[in-house]
Amino acid sequence: MGGSLNANHLMFLGYGALWTIGLSLIGLLGGGIAGFIVALCRISPSRIVRLISTGYVQLIQGTPLLVIMFLTYFGLPALGVTVSPLMAAGASLTIFVSAYLGEIWRGCFESVPKPQWEAAEGLALSRSQRMMKVILPQAVRIATPPTVGFMVQIIKNTSLASVVGFVELARSGQIINNSLFEPFLIYTIIAVIYFALCYPLSLFSHRLEKRGGPARIELEAA
Amino acid sequence: MNLNLDFATIFERWPAFLQGALLTLQLAFIATALGTVIGVLGAIGRRSSHPIVARICGIYVEVIRNTPLLVQIFLVYFGLASLGLKFSAFAVAAAALTINVGAYTTEIIRAGFDSIPRGQIEAAEGLALSRAQIYWYVVMWPAIEKVYPSLTSQFVLLMLASSVTSQISAEELTAVANYIQSDTYRAFETYILVAIVYIILSLVMRAGFWLLGLVIFPRRRRLGTPL
Repeated sequence: MGGSLNANHLMFLGYGALWTIGLSLIGLLGGGIAGFIVALCRISPSRIVRLISTGYVQLIQGTPLLVIMFLTYFGLPALGVTVSPLMAAGASLTIFVSAYLGEIWRGCFESVPKPQWEAAEGLALSRSQRMMKVILPQAVRIATPPTVGFMVQIIKNTSLASVVGFVELARSGQIINNSLFEPFLIYTIIAVIYFALCYPLSLFSHRLEKRGGPARIELEAA
Repeated sequence: MNLNLDFATIFERWPAFLQGALLTLQLAFIATALGTVIGVLGAIGRRSSHPIVARICGIYVEVIRNTPLLVQIFLVYFGLASLGLKFSAFAVAAAALTINVGAYTTEIIRAGFDSIPRGQIEAAEGLALSRAQIYWYVVMWPAIEKVYPSLTSQFVLLMLASSVTSQISAEELTAVANYIQSDTYRAFETYILVAIVYIILSLVMRAGFWLLGLVIFPRRRRLGTPL
């Protein structure tokens, strides 16, 4: 016990912050790929595919990320599958992000004006050509500000990986606190680091949104 | 992989789950009610002509929205403790959730305020309504009506986020699950069941807000114009 905050502690926090960034990238990449598939399924011409993907989104959006984390980390080993904290956290974030990004991107696809879809059809483009050459390039422009905004949510939510013992920023703060017992100071530092990671993204998203027309009200998981 | 599921032992603990679910709803209800008050005040503050008031409200919103709830909860929990104040985990959890959701609500209601056309306010001034009357009848209610769907989704997300308060041993649904799984070694079944309970809770909340919406915004129903 005892001692005071020194350079080693700050190094440890920095290391944790790097893992927070790493885990965020895993969530963004995995969740982005899965979310893109979810978004495509949500606007699929097949009723069954639409129904299943809607069910998936409703299920995930109705469950806290924390419970998904516990389910993968403690639940899967009970079924005989061993998972490391990194795998559990990465998989949970991927699932979580896919449902929310899928929903955001579906909205972006649908906000590409209807005549664009019809014109592409009128030009006898195949479904994949229409998607890749007409809809996607326009949807990407619409999707950029909310996606950057959602990256803030991903970074904040990686803090929940601490509960399965993954040593990212929040967990490294807890570990340091266990030896120094100066919770207020340490968690303030942690909060400042998270803010430094998230605020530039928030500003950037806001600026993109302003440039791209009227602001939409955005929902955010706390 | 040996699939050996046993939901029966978990189902036996239903009174504990029910109690946890009720506590989760209680937390969500307190934070929603107080968060709405903070949201309205915050939104008025952010639009204040007084630069310092507007600035303080802006900083509050940005700080909360750009830091994780988990860290906010720890800060409130340990912050109060280091001031020598002792509160129950439930009170701390409710306070932290209120502070958190207040910032999001502020932002949503402000967007609603901003969407009220200038002409409406000028018309109200022309009808010699007082400042308070204008804020109440012309700005606030129509604004909240406009952002009501966003507000309610935010409150459902808040209910889900309240699971994080299990980390400071508030006895809500997730904490109950943690206890039961460590007691029965049936982690998979426990968390599946808890996930289902959370889904039911969010459906219940959505239905509740929909009914509440019919009651407090009857105009929309009468005109039959979807929002």
